[in-house]
This record gives sequence, structure tokens and C-alpha cells, in this order.
Amino acid sequence: MKGSVAVVGGGIAGIQAALDLADSGYKTYLIESKPSIGGVMSQLDKTFPTNDCAMCILSPKLVETARHPNIELLGYSDVKSISGKAGDFNVKVVRKARYVDETKCTGCGTCTEKCPSKVSDEYNAGMSKRKSIYIPFAQAIPRVATIDATHCLFLTKGKCGVCKKVCGPKAVDYEQKDKEIELNVGSVVIATGFKPFDPSILKNYRFDHPDVITSLQFERLLSASGPTQGHVTKQSDGKVPKNVAFIQCVGSRNPRINRKHCSSVCCMYATKESIIAKEHDSELDITIFQIDVRAYGKNFEEFYNRAQKEYGIKYINSRPPEVIVNPDNSLSLKFEDFNTGDLVAKNFDLVVLSIGLDPADSTQALARSSGIALDDFGNIATTIENPVETSVAGIYVCGVAQGPKDIPDTVAQASAAASKAAALLSGERGTLIKERAFPDEKPLSPEPRIGVFVCHCGINIGSVVNVPNVVEYAKTLPGVAHAQEMLYACSSDSQVTIKDAIAKNNLNRVVVASCTPRTHEPLFQNTCREAGLNPYLFELANIREHCSWVHMKEKDKATEKAKAIVQMAVAKSALFQPLYKQKVSLINKAIVLGAGVAGMTAALDIANNGYHVTLIEKEKELGGMLREMTELYDGKRPADVLKDLISKVSANKNIKIMNEAKLLKVEGYLGNFRGVVLANGNEITVDFGAAVVATGARNFEPSGLFNYGSDKRIVTQAQFEKMLGTGVNAKTITMIQCVGARSKEREYCGRTCCVDAVKNAIRIKKANSSANVYVLYRDMRTYGVNEKMYETARDLGVLFIKYDADKPPKVQDSTVVVHDSMMNEDIEITSDLVVLSTPLVAGENEEINQLFKIPLDKNKFFLEAHPKLRPVDFATDGVFLCGSAQAPKLIDEAISQASAAASRACTILSRKFIETEGAISVVNEAKCIGCGTCVTVCPYNAPSLYDATVKVEEVTYTTKKSKINPAACKGCGSCAAACPAGAITAQHFSSKEIGEAIDAFDKGVKSIFIDKGVVEVTV
Amino acid sequence: MSAEAVAATTPAKTDGWEPKIVAFCCNWCSYGGADSAGMGRFQQPASTRIIRVMCSGRIDPLHVFNAFLEGADAVLVTGCHIGDCHYVNGNDKTKIKYKYLENVVRELGIEKERLQLNWISASEGERFANFIRDVTAQIKKLGPSPLKPEGVA
Ligand code: FES
Repeated sequence: MKGSVAVVGGGIAGIQAALDLADSGYKTYLIESKPSIGGVMSQLDKTFPTNDCAMCILSPKLVETARHPNIELLGYSDVKSISGKAGDFNVKVVRKARYVDETKCTGCGTCTEKCPSKVSDEYNAGMSKRKSIYIPFAQAIPRVATIDATHCLFLTKGKCGVCKKVCGPKAVDYEQKDKEIELNVGSVVIATGFKPFDPSILKNYRFDHPDVITSLQFERLLSASGPTQGHVTKQSDGKVPKNVAFIQCVGSRNPRINRKHCSSVCCMYATKESIIAKEHDSELDITIFQIDVRAYGKNFEEFYNRAQKEYGIKYINSRPPEVIVNPDNSLSLKFEDFNTGDLVAKNFDLVVLSIGLDPADSTQALARSSGIALDDFGNIATTIENPVETSVAGIYVCGVAQGPKDIPDTVAQASAAASKAAALLSGERGTLIKERAFPDEKPLSPEPRIGVFVCHCGINIGSVVNVPNVVEYAKTLPGVAHAQEMLYACSSDSQVTIKDAIAKNNLNRVVVASCTPRTHEPLFQNTCREAGLNPYLFELANIREHCSWVHMKEKDKATEKAKAIVQMAVAKSALFQPLYKQKVSLINKAIVLGAGVAGMTAALDIANNGYHVTLIEKEKELGGMLREMTELYDGKRPADVLKDLISKVSANKNIKIMNEAKLLKVEGYLGNFRGVVLANGNEITVDFGAAVVATGARNFEPSGLFNYGSDKRIVTQAQFEKMLGTGVNAKTITMIQCVGARSKEREYCGRTCCVDAVKNAIRIKKANSSANVYVLYRDMRTYGVNEKMYETARDLGVLFIKYDADKPPKVQDSTVVVHDSMMNEDIEITSDLVVLSTPLVAGENEEINQLFKIPLDKNKFFLEAHPKLRPVDFATDGVFLCGSAQAPKLIDEAISQASAAASRACTILSRKFIETEGAISVVNEAKCIGCGTCVTVCPYNAPSLYDATVKVEEVTYTTKKSKINPAACKGCGSCAAACPAGAITAQHFSSKEIGEAIDAFDKGVKSIFIDKGVVEVTV
Repeated sequence: MSAEAVAATTPAKTDGWEPKIVAFCCNWCSYGGADSAGMGRFQQPASTRIIRVMCSGRIDPLHVFNAFLEGADAVLVTGCHIGDCHYVNGNDKTKIKYKYLENVVRELGIEKERLQLNWISASEGERFANFIRDVTAQIKKLGPSPLKPEGVA
């Protein structure tokens, strides 16, 4: 066994897996074939459904990966083969020649500037040029230049050699050769991602025309770092298009070209790109041609609704057969609107092909060379119960390499794969790792010397706030020794810039004006620490979420406000003092709430990682909702799967099961929680360091809808599922989708209902091919590889009838009348059974959210810390989330999430100690009057009174004084606000510091004139 | 009142005048709500300056007075919904302090619109934006705060 793991692929999946493993005590090799890690996510402008800036959330992860002492990054390297067995693998890696010495290159970019050879830039999807020696993008990791050997003039023709001449550190090396190395690791995680579908094989879509572009190209056009700095223009003439068409399912759901899968993400990215394009240009007319709009994830349906209602984006149910290039070279589409039957021809200035996700060539090659099984679609094969385990023990898979999926599902799977690899190697944990080392802190000189760094955030801030103006203003503020602007303050090169500026200007406080401290404070604090500054000498000024994004139309006012925000941060930071965290021990045990499939999987994974788990279930039986199911999507029996899981859980020595139990109370914090569980009438105390919430959801009861309850022939899909277990005797069965979902009361999509309906429709048809099965749907949302089931159902003769939300079917007794929106006619179906597909709704989450103080979303599901990159974390440290408690999901997704939550919990449980808050409250003994108010106010029992002897002049007396236990204080500051004597300081949020910010809020500068280097400020 | 009379009694300052509002937000909920407003692009007037504290329980009545004395036209005290406080019950204490604050502020002759309390969760971006919009409109009607020091806009 080896305490190391090789992660193949450095996109968001590989990055997350590597970070989890490295944090849990394993040496991790991250192998990426491109010059930089970041994958396709680095090319995205925004992410759905929050329109979060992709680079802004990715960049901290890139930086973290580069910084991590336990991650060894092998960029520009291919994995040739994997041999050996679980615990002991040999990975052959080819380190491709960059012709640049990575250890010498500083990423200064001089070579790139001077290089005369220009080639098409793949980062901008071929829409701009880069040089033959290049750094792929501003935030690239590692930040070193690479020579493109196929185009370099010196390497191809022996001419030029300019880069070598201009390179200061002498990093260019034309003699470099590919080098094969071998890694000996305990486990391998495959995260090789996908290849965007190449639409040139679909000749009818005329991808040869400059104004027919892919969705990835359109994404680059929207991006501030793209070829047009975020302005959507036509490639043919550079003009602004007036109308744009998106054609969906290009390279997806197309058996003719052997692409039978749904790519899972295209409906939402097309919606996102349309919204952003409309934000840039509200006049733009956008039409999306779709077969079904698959808005199945958390908040997707809401996003889709907003796109239509608020942005006026048109969705037309049609699949245009071709793009027509008119004689004048303009473009038009002829299509049949499936909803009206009309044949329409329309001109479009720009046609965007929503391209699908193809399996990566490297995935297939690696699978073949290493004997890993692939599925029918060319993805790495897995099963429902083991969604991250490949056919080779000890090799795991995550992300799109396993099947098309969006970013949060990818991230969850990445953590899941990490959990499995860590469990396999748990005996070797910590054997090959290094501790993080920081330079000594510089002594703090008394005069504040503040550095202000104002971020453009691409165009997220810069297009609204006048950043140079804010910088000039910052320079005039007292204490500011340095101010500058940055394109992306969070990129790795910016960290270097900040560190250099700290050293050069001898800065002792740093203010970054960019985004929210809730996500980005740790990144910059780390940078400060690396530059020898205490992390508490840093302040973020939030000029994005609180300014540029909410004042998009008032540029002047936004700029004024940004100045005020910066000014407040500067004023406050001048008072900052270094603060230190304390190390306290932690309890290396976990609890898991809920023993459904997710809860049991999470418990088992944590236990297999070597930690004790208490599994708390409110019912008598374990198994949750899976107990109600009678068949899985792959035909397996849920009972078998459950039996296996329950026996593993029961046999595991590290797991203690408490059934018919309920968590009553929780106190404490990350690493040191104490809970009280009510079981068998007894209250039992359980101590734990981390918790996983896996309490699931419940089926919606559609009382009153479609006459449910009036006739026993009208049942829910869940009831029908049960009935199918014993066999159903019915000739005609009609299913109605979206019952109680995608409605006014419940806006969200149930995600699983379409897949469930199709599965059960197939079961009926297989049992009795003469049965008539109708599925009345609004959009069939059999996303990803589930599309195969939809196809099978149609092949078996299941009839799918599309209805419109405005004209829902009517159910009387068991007769259904539906208005077929495609045929535009009413159809009457006399049925033996009417099956209503209802969504999952939130369970009793309100009790648990109170216990842990974790938030719920508007549908009462739990709200994760970040919808994209922290799908199983809560904002509250030490508490994690999985399964349908977060939002409805399929079984394999719930299992992936459960393993992910386990992995995240293990990154805590594996620690030797927990660091306390640094910004805690302290008592000034001289001022304390010993009244004890703080003791009553504090919810953590941090302050306590002690007897102190006080000597005032000649008199000595004994009195009470308060002291605060730094390990217990969480830094809320309530005691400081309550202390009548003003004796308590809430450090970092002291009344002085807050006061300075208040004072500064309106020292308002009315205007600044910048005239030939003279700055004039009017107050 | 005639139109002229109305114009005569309305302070000239209210034309195109933007109030200055200080909002105290707790890190875990209402500050997150303001972030969500940004992520959702819920537009709002540029009137507000947010001061982040870890918990609404940190907000000392003195901070509120300080803000008024520095020229705030309104002060907003915000935090997690009752029961959701990240520090168990900091907002319960806020509620108690707020009662007291309200009385003092009223006695000082400040209109009640100028001091407001609101609980906003991290997911309620739209609610945050609406709150700012409403308060700004109310204060615009009232005009500048009577406590505003000389020379502050
Ligand atoms: S943390 Fe929000 S009110 Fe206490």
C-alpha cells in the first residue's frame, strides 16, 4: 500500500479530487495534459443558474492547488498506462517537452510578446490568435510558458530563436525532450472530462460559415477575457448581431451520428448565455430551438422561467433540420414549430450550435491501455450502487468521464472518488505528506502603510465602476502607500503581484477591492501570510456583489459608492492588529443523520476511512425511500442493493446505529460538537467532530390535483412503483408528468419524475407488450445517459404526448382528456390506471436547520454553501449535506453526494488539531466591573468570572473579573456589544474599527479631477 | 396646497438627492443576502453602505448613534431570521437592544423610518434589494436626517 494517489485530469473534477485527497493526508499527483489546469470551466464566462463568474470561483481553487504542499502538479503530461493492483499501481506518465524549463520560467511573458509566430488560440475556441510560445490564459497554473512545437519557427524551420534570446532567466530550452516517468501510487482517480462535440461533421449546420459558431465560441465572445472583450459581434463583418438563434442538441440525442446521450448541460448553458447576452445588449432578439428544455437541477426551472419572463428569451419547440446560407451569404432557418405545426422561415444574424459533450479521446485510450471497462456511450463504466468505481479495483472515476453532468454534480463526484481512494489507503494516511510552511511574520511598524488593490473582475466590476478612478482616489486616502488596479485579483499572477507590492512598498495592511469576503477572504489572507503579513491585517472591500452587480445602470453612482466602500475598508484596516489562532484538539468521530441510501453510504465511507460514526435514523428500519422502490433503472432489485448496504453498515465496527432515534440538541462547533440523541426513551450524549445531514425528502401528496383521492384508479408514481413490485394488471395506463411541480406553488422541477416514469413505462411494456402506456409530459427530462431509457420506451411503443402548462390534462374517473400540443387536438384516453408523477418535497428539515443553524432554501431544502463548487458543504464549518435533503436526485447521484460528504467530513476528521477563531473577544481587566453580563450573554460559555485582587493606591480588595476562554469564543461579539463598561473588545470588529468605517462612509468625496498628473480632490 | 407651496416647503435638497444609508449586516445571513442580491443582479439604489459584523448581536447601540451623527439618513439593523443566528441567539439580543434603540431614537425626534430592523437570510437576495429600494424611497420622501452634521451631503 502506498499513501499516494494519481489524479488524471486537471479540470474542476481533478482539482476537487486532488484537494480533498491532499487535505485528508495523501500525497497527490495531479496530471494534466494541457499546459494549464482548469479544464473547460476556465473557458466559461459565467455559470448557471446563479450567473456566478466562472473564473472568479475557479481561480481560488487553482491557486489553492498550486500552493498545496501535498499536491504535485504534472502539467502538460499524458498518462500512457496504469498497471498493478489496488494499493500499488504503476502509472506511466509522459512529460511532454514544453521547451521551457518550468523551474526557471517566471511567467513574465516577454517571450510571448516578442514571438513573431501567430497561431489560432484554442482558449478562445479559435477566434483569436496567440503566439507559438504562450501562457494559455491569465490565471493559468502553472504559470509558465510553453512552446507549441508544431508552429514554432525555430523547432520547425530552425529559424528565429527570439524567445531564447529575450528570456531573462534562460528558461527556454530547444533541446528539451519528452520524458517518461513512472509514479508508484496506491490509487488512481480518472477525471479526464470530455471533448466538446465537433459540429463540422454535421454538414447541414454549415459550421463552415463564419456566423455559425459553437456555444463554446459564444461563451468566449461573452467573456471579458475573450477575443472581443465581452462584446458579441459577428465573425464575418464584426457587426453587432440583432438576432441570434441557438440550436440545441447538436451532437446530442442523435442516433444517426451515434450520439444517443443527452449532454445534460446544454439547455441550461444556452439559457445562461442568452441571459448574459441580453444583459450586454437588451435589444438583442434571442430564440432557442429545443426538443425539450431540460431544466432539471436545483433552481434551473426558476432560471428558465426568468429567462422567458424577465429577459424575453423565446423558446421554440423545434429542431431545425439545417442552416441555410442565402445567396447574399446571410443565414436563415426553416423550421416547423412543433407546438403550432407552422412552417416558418426566419433570418438570423448569428446561429449558435449548442454542442454536446463527447467522451474524451484520452479517456478511451487510457481505458483501453489499462483494461478499464467503458459503457455503451464511451464513458468509463460504473454502476448505480457504485457510481465512482471503475471495473478495476482501486481506480475511481469522476466528472464527465463517467457521463455528462454539470459542475456541481462533477464536484460532488470528485469528492466521492477522493473518499473511495482515501478509504482504500486509510492505513497509509499521512505517510507521504509535508506540512505547510510560511515565512516568519514581519514585525509591525507603527505607521500604517496600506496597499489597495482594485479588481476589474474582467468586466464584472470594470464595466460599471470606473476602476482607475477608484485607484486614483484610494491613493489620496490617509495611510495608503500603494494602490493599483488588477484584471483578476484572485488569479495566481495577481497573488505574486500583491506579494511583490507588499515587499517593495513595505506594506503592513492590505485592502483588496473585489468581491465578497464570504468566498475570497481566505485566498487573500493566505497571500498576505505568504508575504510575511499576519492574515488579520487584510480587509476585503466588496465592490462587486454590493456595487457593480446591483447598480449596473448607474455607473457614476456605482463608482462613487465603490470609492466609499474602499474608503471604509482603508479606514478600518488602519487599526488592524495581528491576531493568532489557537490549536485545540478535536473529536475524530462523526454523526450521520438519516439512514437512507445516502446516509448509510456516507456512514460507511467515513467508517472505511477509519473514523467512528454514529448513524441516527428516526425510523425503525434502515433504508429510507429506497425501501419503497421495486426496481432500479438498470433492472436491479433495490431490496438486494439495500440488503447488501445494510449488512455492510451493521457489520462495520466503526459504525454505531441508533434507530428510532432523534437528535434533540447540538452545541459546540467544528471539531468539537456535543449532541443529545433521544433513543428508546433515553437521552444519550454523543460527541463528534463533524456531521453529515442525509435526511432525505418525501413524496408529494397531490391531494385534490387531477382528482387524486376521488378514485382508487388514480395513483401516484410512488404508489404505482410499489404496485409494480407485485405486478399490475391493467390494459391502459396513463401517466401525467409534473403533477405539483413546475407550478405556481412549487416552481422547481422534480428531476427524478421523468426518469421514474420512463422506467416504469418500460416495465409495463416488457411485462405485457400489448398494454397501452401513455406518458403526458411538458418536457421529457431524461437527462444524460438516461436518454437511452427514453429511446427504449419509444421503441417499445410507449406513447408520449406533449401538453401545455396552460392546458393541463383533465381526469374524470379514470378517463383522461389531454390537449396534444403538437397535434393541436384533444385526445381522450380511457384508462385503467392514471398515474400522477409528483416531485419530492422537503422533509422535516426545519427541525435540523435549527439544531445546526444551517440555512434552508425557499423550497425548504437545505441550502448548500455554494451551488457550484461547494455542493455538499454548508457555510457552517463541520456540517455537510447529501442526498435529496439538498434537492431531489436519482439514487446514483445521492450515493455520489453521500461519498462526497464523507470525503469532505474526512478532511476535517483527519486533522490533528482544529484552529480556533483568531478574531475573538478579549477583556480589559482594568475596565471590567465584574458584572457578569458577558457570562449571561454568551451562548458558548466562553466568559467566566474569577476572583481578582485589585490594588488601587493603598487599598487592596477582591472583586470579580471576567476572562474569555479563547478556545470557546466564536467571535460573534455579542459580549462586546453588551458590556456596560466597554471592557470587552471584539477583535477585528472593535468599536474603534467599526467606528472608523462609519466615520469614513460619508467623508464623501464629491469629485476628483485628474489633470496631467495633478489630482485635485474636492470634499 | 398649491404646487408652488409644496415646492417651497420641500427642501431643495431632495431633488435628485440620494440618501446615505448605513446597513449593519451579519456575516452569515444578511450580508450573504446582500451578496445574493448581487449574484441575482437585483438592482437597487446606490444609497447604502454596508458594515459587516460577524453577528447582529455585535451591533452596539452606540454604533447606530455614531452612524446618525456622522450623517446617515437612515440606519438599518439586519441579521439572520430569529432561530437562524449562526451564534445560537445573537439576534434575540439584537431584538432586545433594538427595542431600546427605537425608544431613544423616537425621543430624539427622529422619524421611525430612519431606523429599521430586518431579518434577511443568505438566500434572500431579492428581499434584500427590495428592502433597500423601499427604505431609500421612504427616506427620499423625508429628506435629509435632522441629525446630519453641517456640510455633509
Ligand atoms: S449571525 Fe446573523 S444574527 Fe447572529
